[in-house]
Amino acid sequence: MTEKALLTNREKVKVEKSGADFLMDALKKQNVDVIFGYPGGAVLPIYDKLYSSGLFHILTRHEQGSIHAAEGYARVTGKPGVVIATSGPGATNVVTGITDAMIDSLPLVIFTGQVATSVIGTDAFQEADVLGITTPITKHNYQVRKTEDIPRIVKEAFHIASSGRPGPVLIDIPKDIAILSGFADEDPEMDLPGYQPTVQPNHLQIRKLVEAVSSSEKPVILAGAGVLHSKGADELKTYAQQQGIPVVHTLLGLGGYPADHSLFIGMGGMHGSYAANMALSTCDLLINIGARFDDRLTGNLKYFAPYATVAHIDIDPAEIGKNIPTKIPVVGNAKEALTDLIAQDGKKPEVTKWIETINAWKKDFPLCYRNDTGALKPQKVIELLHQYTNGEAIVVTDVGQHQMWAAQYYPFNKPHAWVTSGGLGTMGFGLPAAIGAQIAEPENIVISISGDGGFQMTNQELAVIAEMNLPIKIVIINNHALGMVRQWQEIFHEKRYSHSTFQTQPDFVKLADAYGIPGFKATTEAEAIVLIEKAVTMNGPVLLDLHVEPEENVYPMVSPGKGLHEMEGVKQ
Amino acid sequence: MKGIITLTVNNRPGVLNRITNLFTKRNYNIESMTVGPSEQEGISRMTVVVHVENEHVIEQMTKQLNKQIDILKVNDISNQSIVSRELALIKVMATSQNRAEINSLIEPFRAAVIDISKDSLTIQITGESEKIGAFIELMKPYGIKELARTGTTAFPRGTQRTSNKSLTIV
Repeated sequence: MTEKALLTNREKVKVEKSGADFLMDALKKQNVDVIFGYPGGAVLPIYDKLYSSGLFHILTRHEQGSIHAAEGYARVTGKPGVVIATSGPGATNVVTGITDAMIDSLPLVIFTGQVATSVIGTDAFQEADVLGITTPITKHNYQVRKTEDIPRIVKEAFHIASSGRPGPVLIDIPKDIAILSGFADEDPEMDLPGYQPTVQPNHLQIRKLVEAVSSSEKPVILAGAGVLHSKGADELKTYAQQQGIPVVHTLLGLGGYPADHSLFIGMGGMHGSYAANMALSTCDLLINIGARFDDRLTGNLKYFAPYATVAHIDIDPAEIGKNIPTKIPVVGNAKEALTDLIAQDGKKPEVTKWIETINAWKKDFPLCYRNDTGALKPQKVIELLHQYTNGEAIVVTDVGQHQMWAAQYYPFNKPHAWVTSGGLGTMGFGLPAAIGAQIAEPENIVISISGDGGFQMTNQELAVIAEMNLPIKIVIINNHALGMVRQWQEIFHEKRYSHSTFQTQPDFVKLADAYGIPGFKATTEAEAIVLIEKAVTMNGPVLLDLHVEPEENVYPMVSPGKGLHEMEGVKQ
Repeated sequence: MKGIITLTVNNRPGVLNRITNLFTKRNYNIESMTVGPSEQEGISRMTVVVHVENEHVIEQMTKQLNKQIDILKVNDISNQSIVSRELALIKVMATSQNRAEINSLIEPFRAAVIDISKDSLTIQITGESEKIGAFIELMKPYGIKELARTGTTAFPRGTQRTSNKSLTIV
């Protein structure tokens, strides 16, 4: 076909529609099955088209609820979570969630309304420089200047959000652009010459890694969320078992390797297990797969893996060598790299003694807590939740002490069942993220675990849970305090509990009742057992307000500035 | 150390903001930055001069810049054989007595007088940053009324003296 004929062909497929109509059709093309959003002036034309579009939309009670719900959805499905917010305050209310998704590499596509192009820059009503505000916290962002660009921009946004290292992409749509009609091809070519993530790892680097493994005596795999994003959990299992290499998980990587398998050492880092941290501190080969050597994992860099040759598999080349000097860099998708490594079937390292050492650490220094004070222990609550859900629930947490206890005492044997805010540590994340997780997995049991502090940051989303009768088991680990802050004040600030304990709290059972959600309260272990057993068998949503020992601390712990080998509170 | 990075970028609204934002976010210091159209339509070329502690920082900078979708190409030319130029405009006080003296200084620097008034001369000078710096020092005693420098723009020479240090193959 001549170029001219091609061009005319292209012309032919162009159709005339309003911006909002192009948007609806572009969303359908991306198989968007749920949108979390909140309407407002600048997105009225979009919501008008949404009304009759057949697209499924959930109205949260705050934009922050929308964005965290979309994150929960994205974490469980791996598909981009979609959010619509209006201009100005609507857009600024999603900023925290966008930042959270950016640092935890969650794919999101966020649509924000904007004032009409004719008044941009005049400080119009509900105008904010959303492009400027979100540039440092998005993988990419757009402001649509022409209606006919919408199909291309939406296609590009979904592609960017979900490929390479996933992340949030924002599209700012001025009101007039959504109203005006234009001619556009609805299946346009993407125009992204500057975006070519490396998926397939360099084979020579893989060979180097294979050789390093063969000659190592104390190898460890540090597996992060990259394994989960690439859907490479099966490959990780096969590879670790083929080579007999023990596995440590990061907080966000939990579930990538089955916790009940003998090669699993535990979670590493500030509140990781002793065995995991000692393995990281003494290994001679550290194979990082899809983790970013976050400071909460490494502790003081000076003491981190001092004897190890470091290999790092990551889809983002900028993560390799950023914090830790790396001998064997491998840029690529974790699943692809693991597949290649399995195919190499290299000579297995001799690790019998190493495994014995690790097993001794595991046996002698397990996670532990005292349970003899008569008060309900938060760790016990998590263990009970694990027991009564057979370890098969999707666990969504907020941020703080309960989050660490959940990571420690709810072992996961399967991937995509752990939803937590890692890098940003966003309080208020848990409850709305649980909504997104439950929407994504309607058949699975979803437990939302929050502290009494974080719960109060987004508890308005109980309305969504009630409205949709989502069967989320909402568990509040209630210690009448901002527990982690209180713990640090106890340890590092001479017990000066500056603004970290709550003198006044709502009656959470009555609050649940106000939304029509059954709520129960327990203050002892015996009561908690009865309630948890009951909650997991109930059909709809339920809220448990569990009053735990207020002085309980998270241990073991690596204090800030210390090395991983200097854990405190290992045995109690 | 001084690092020079050249960038090929889409000429789209907000691109400059993306780049300066990235430098702020990662705590990098920019010494100078030039931007202008390139040989291809819709594509701009930038030269960024930075002061960094070591090569590791430049490598990290290059990698972070590469992640930007509107940045098409990033080149660290710090260790390459390059041609670099800067332009400066200097308005210097000049009386009828010392005009000839100033002119005699201009000539060896191949600078040019582009504006003359009753009590001043405006001089245009191009060259590498060091040369401009040296010339400014020479002009200081006469009294500099105004000074504007464009910052360095650069690219690698057509032929490289030695093979440039390649980035870690990743």
